[in-house]
Amino acid sequence: MEKYTQFTGIVAPLDRANVDTDLIIPKQFLKSIKRTGFGPNLFDELRYLDEGQPGQDSSQRPLNKEFVLNLPRYKGAQILLARRNFGCGSSREHAPWALTDFGFRTVIAPSFADIFFNNSFKNGLLPIVLSEEIVDQLFNEVAANEGYKLTVDLANQQIVKPDGEKIPFEVDEFRKHCLINGLDDIGLTLQDADAIKIYESKRRQESPWLFDAIK
Amino acid sequence: MAGKTLYDKLWDAHLVKQRDDGTALLYIDRHLLHEVTSPQAFEGLRFAGRKPWRLDANLATPDHNVPTTDRSGPIEDEVSRIQVQTLDDNCDEFGIVEFKMHDLRQGIVHVVGPEQGATLPGMTIVCGDSHTATHGAFGALAHGIGTSEVEHVLATQCLIQKKMKAMLIKVNGKLGAGVTAKDVVLAIIAKIGTAGGTGYAIEFAGDVISSLSMEGRMTICNMAIEAGARAGMVGVDDKTIAYFEGRPYAPKGANWDKAVQYWKTLHSDTDAKFDAVVELNGADIEPQVSWGTSPEMVVAIHETLPDPAAEKDPVKAEGMVRAYQYMGLKPGMKMSDVVPDRVFIGSCTNSRIEDLRAAAAVAKGRKVSSKVKQAMVVPGSGLVKQQAEAEGLHKIFIEAGFEWREPGCSMCLAMNADRLGDGEHCASTSNRNFEGRQGYGGRTHLVSPAMAAAAAVSGHFVDVRSLQEV
Ligand code: SF4
Repeated sequence: MEKYTQFTGIVAPLDRANVDTDLIIPKQFLKSIKRTGFGPNLFDELRYLDEGQPGQDSSQRPLNKEFVLNLPRYKGAQILLARRNFGCGSSREHAPWALTDFGFRTVIAPSFADIFFNNSFKNGLLPIVLSEEIVDQLFNEVAANEGYKLTVDLANQQIVKPDGEKIPFEVDEFRKHCLINGLDDIGLTLQDADAIKIYESKRRQESPWLFDAIK
Repeated sequence: MAGKTLYDKLWDAHLVKQRDDGTALLYIDRHLLHEVTSPQAFEGLRFAGRKPWRLDANLATPDHNVPTTDRSGPIEDEVSRIQVQTLDDNCDEFGIVEFKMHDLRQGIVHVVGPEQGATLPGMTIVCGDSHTATHGAFGALAHGIGTSEVEHVLATQCLIQKKMKAMLIKVNGKLGAGVTAKDVVLAIIAKIGTAGGTGYAIEFAGDVISSLSMEGRMTICNMAIEAGARAGMVGVDDKTIAYFEGRPYAPKGANWDKAVQYWKTLHSDTDAKFDAVVELNGADIEPQVSWGTSPEMVVAIHETLPDPAAEKDPVKAEGMVRAYQYMGLKPGMKMSDVVPDRVFIGSCTNSRIEDLRAAAAVAKGRKVSSKVKQAMVVPGSGLVKQQAEAEGLHKIFIEAGFEWREPGCSMCLAMNADRLGDGEHCASTSNRNFEGRQGYGGRTHLVSPAMAAAAAVSGHFVDVRSLQEV
């Protein structure tokens, strides 16, 4: 995973609650066996006027000109501003893959669904929880100011507004450490291989039926 | 010291290491795999030159992309075919047991696990699928994971976790006649909302839950994720234990006795403390139907559809307006005014034998209405299909005008050829009514199997109890 560095990016507002994973990336695109290339189909049903098919050249499709990500002022957005319960629904990691492939590096919302939240960190996408009031205020500021940008400073756990105001946010120590250093979870866990083996042999003794049944 | 919740017990029993940063390494006993969320994980293993930590902890079966019609030829859709083939190839290459498409045991992964005894009480069970919560019905800690975690579990047999909070949902008293597990869970979601369980592991308890069959408990735990909770669970009782006797992967002989002794401890202590408690009265629950595009947008069959103007929360009200637009419905309407273009009985929520029996009981001697374009029954596994056929249920369905299909996820998420047309309404026993879930522009109404069958034969949504009275 790439290291997560401080950046300043355009904010795109997605003003609806309960954005589910089917909306983020519809199921027909889950048939891919790759991790990349989902960006053109992010929010497919909202972005285009026709029904998308996997493998299709999306640049030729009719755009929904009113959808926020199609508005010229949000071109190149790296920060998605959203409402509560973002990412609810399925466990598909294709959702964060599509968001990062599109170019997003962070999603700000009052709350996230658990699995999506967890999947995001594993893919260099930082989900930031802010209060409903602050999110509301950000929606207003984004609407009022074309080219509105925020700086995301993970190391200091703060968002910096154009006027210099700092908004602090919480992030789990371990997840922050992994993001900043671009660490792979598996490598870290395997440093504890001995502890896993000790646990496993104890478990095998206590509950032998959990082993060797399926083969 | 307060007693332990079931979740505490399961957590403690699987703790490999508590780290200083608040995370924990949790051991995973069982890992189920399907074709959609695993290819990139296997690719990752290969790329890093890693091998699965333990082969015998894994079980795979294709379900999302398999056709539910004749399977004698290859899968027609090329992308689906490649994905199923990739699972086959990966399992062969790494040595993981897989029930391939033509295996009688193939089916929806959450139906297959318990059926085979691959799911057992006291286990930690994960799968790259959010409805893994289903397996919690057996007193297990089961939840969905993403593809990175699928790779992590394959490589290390562990997950990095933080303990969730514990919620108790108690459904007291008794259900009325004709009210099923699906109605109970829809009523729960309507009450606490789709984010009500976020951050929690939910334990379902109370007399109503105890009186349910294991199938019914699976239906409830299955939809814990629709209430925002990654894991749902029910404590072990005699029904749980009886369910596993003779299952292929369940313990035998002395191991069985030892296992049963342990399983009997898998319930919350009477003095256990929960972070949140929600109570419902079983007698108040009526047959439910979802009207909108979120599983919390649900009404009892006799209620009129709610008015967004009466909703105090502006974010919610706006969601309702959007849902009405998408669904082509209006506040104040009754669900009995809605004609389902298609009826789908299946999915990991409601495709087990008990579900098919309930639907068949309603379909028996009746005909699918001419207003309904298609009504289909998709069993959850090859073994469920075989059992249903042994009981003659398929004949009842076919005579009534339902299609009798091969097992898989089918129209639950429409990754195979089974899907809704633009604007079509569907009475569906699945679990999600999101926009486009069952097909582009499709309009899903979540109901129980009996309610789905009743809608099929009536040509509109209807209180199934009016068909059940003698
Ligand atoms: S039946 Fe539906 S919800 Fe269940 S695993 Fe298949 S696609 Fe997912």
